[in-house]
Amino acid sequence: MINTYEILETIKMISSESLDIRTITMGISLRDCAHSDMDELAKRVYDKITRKAEKLVKTGEDIEREYGIPITNKRISVTPVSIIGEAANGDYIKIAMAMDRATETTGVDFIGGYSALVHKGYTDGDRRFVDSIPEALSETKRVCASVNIATTKAGINMDAIAQMGQVIKKSAELSAKEDGIACAKLVVFCNAPEDNPFMAGSFHGIGEPECVINVGVSGPGVMHNALKKISPNADFTEVAETIKKTAFKITRVGQLVATEASRRLGVTFGIVDLSLAPTPAIGDSIANIIEDMGLEKCGAPGTTAALALLNDAVKKGGTMASSQVGGLSGAFIPVSEDAGMVEAVKAGALSLEKLEAMTCVCSVGLDMIAVPGDTPDYTISAIIADEAAIGMINNKTTAVRIIPVPGKKVGDFVEFGGLLGSSPIMAVNVFSSKAFIARGGRIPAPIHSLRN
Amino acid sequence: MRGIITVIGKDRVGIIAAVSNILMEANINILDITQTTLQDIFTMIMLVDLSNPNLTFDQLSKKLDDKGEEMGLSIRIQREDIFNAMHKI
Repeated sequence: MINTYEILETIKMISSESLDIRTITMGISLRDCAHSDMDELAKRVYDKITRKAEKLVKTGEDIEREYGIPITNKRISVTPVSIIGEAANGDYIKIAMAMDRATETTGVDFIGGYSALVHKGYTDGDRRFVDSIPEALSETKRVCASVNIATTKAGINMDAIAQMGQVIKKSAELSAKEDGIACAKLVVFCNAPEDNPFMAGSFHGIGEPECVINVGVSGPGVMHNALKKISPNADFTEVAETIKKTAFKITRVGQLVATEASRRLGVTFGIVDLSLAPTPAIGDSIANIIEDMGLEKCGAPGTTAALALLNDAVKKGGTMASSQVGGLSGAFIPVSEDAGMVEAVKAGALSLEKLEAMTCVCSVGLDMIAVPGDTPDYTISAIIADEAAIGMINNKTTAVRIIPVPGKKVGDFVEFGGLLGSSPIMAVNVFSSKAFIARGGRIPAPIHSLRN
Repeated sequence: MRGIITVIGKDRVGIIAAVSNILMEANINILDITQTTLQDIFTMIMLVDLSNPNLTFDQLSKKLDDKGEEMGLSIRIQREDIFNAMHKI
């Protein structure tokens, strides 16, 4: 009845290999909060979030204790604010403030959904909304924003990309005292998923139900230790099998927590996101897993192939373990949040260009990249355009979360703290993309978007 | 509902007695028990019935935790489901 090995394996994963549930994210529809008066709208937003998520944190903590598995974050995502605020006269920032207050009342770690979907163009409300992002992010603590600027179906909105370069620069300037941390709460997407539980890009999509529980797992440390146990000469079939089996185990815990949380809260179970999410803790690193496969440092030739194998094997093992899979579901490669990535950048093994190549085969994109503060807005826009092109052509989600750290230059170091970690400032190609970004307009959708 | 209690640490007199005593006081039946000692590290695993305890899960967990601290051991209780989820299809 008792299998000692299995029980001890689970306990070891939790106690010494950093296995945790990264997040329980409650998605809440705010569509019924719309009102022509912004103050009334903000009040409705606050009331609804605090009512729906009243027991979220306590339920998460109860599950943590009873199952003995840490749940690192409890979060909320809401309907894109640009949509619910469109009919109101007044400043969108009032909604951001209401969201921030709701996080204090409910005790959650982050709230996402200060978002807009402008992949094919702006409405008048979208334009006002995107303009408000820098101020909203620098005046709130836990509000996260995202803007979807491209899809495989619609193409790439280059006007929005040009503006997002400026929005990122302004967000960095307004939070210069904290090394541009506002940018760490802002994601620019291509093909944004509507049920992603991970921040900063989480929002409650317009096709989602009234209220939903989505769960994101973690587990790079467990994967790293599983690969350490097989022979260094094992071939890639064995490597892939080991990753698959381990991903299955990790995801089953996510599925258990998701169903239990949704049952206790009386809320629909949405999805489990299979993404392997690293933390700055030593050993809880995607870079280390890549290095386990035989690469001296993450970023060495072979890294993209190693990541492709990892990403695919995680999905194969994870899909079997969960009844509903969604969100981003792939390996994350955020630089500052992954101690192994930071080491690889410091060693000169990992560049922005290599990271871009890696994003072709994994989720999500250029994530938590610190670049010099004097990087021009059009250069940031052009980096976003490159990522969007990868996402659009490959029919996958890509994203950019980049921080032009005010006053810092290549070789300096920046500390964001907590899960956001720390990072060396990475070098950016200095040749100009100004005229390219100035063209504006829309890059048409690719031919394979015509699938009907 | 069933729980798994794991005790890990250096072997000494009275470990099983101490844990069983807490369980008896809490009206918790022991369904299965196994123990091994490897290189002086004692590991005991108990499967217990939590259907009718006179303590809440948190209170029981704290009692076991306190006892573990007193005896220089790690004593934890978790719901059985997490192990079944991970290791059984």
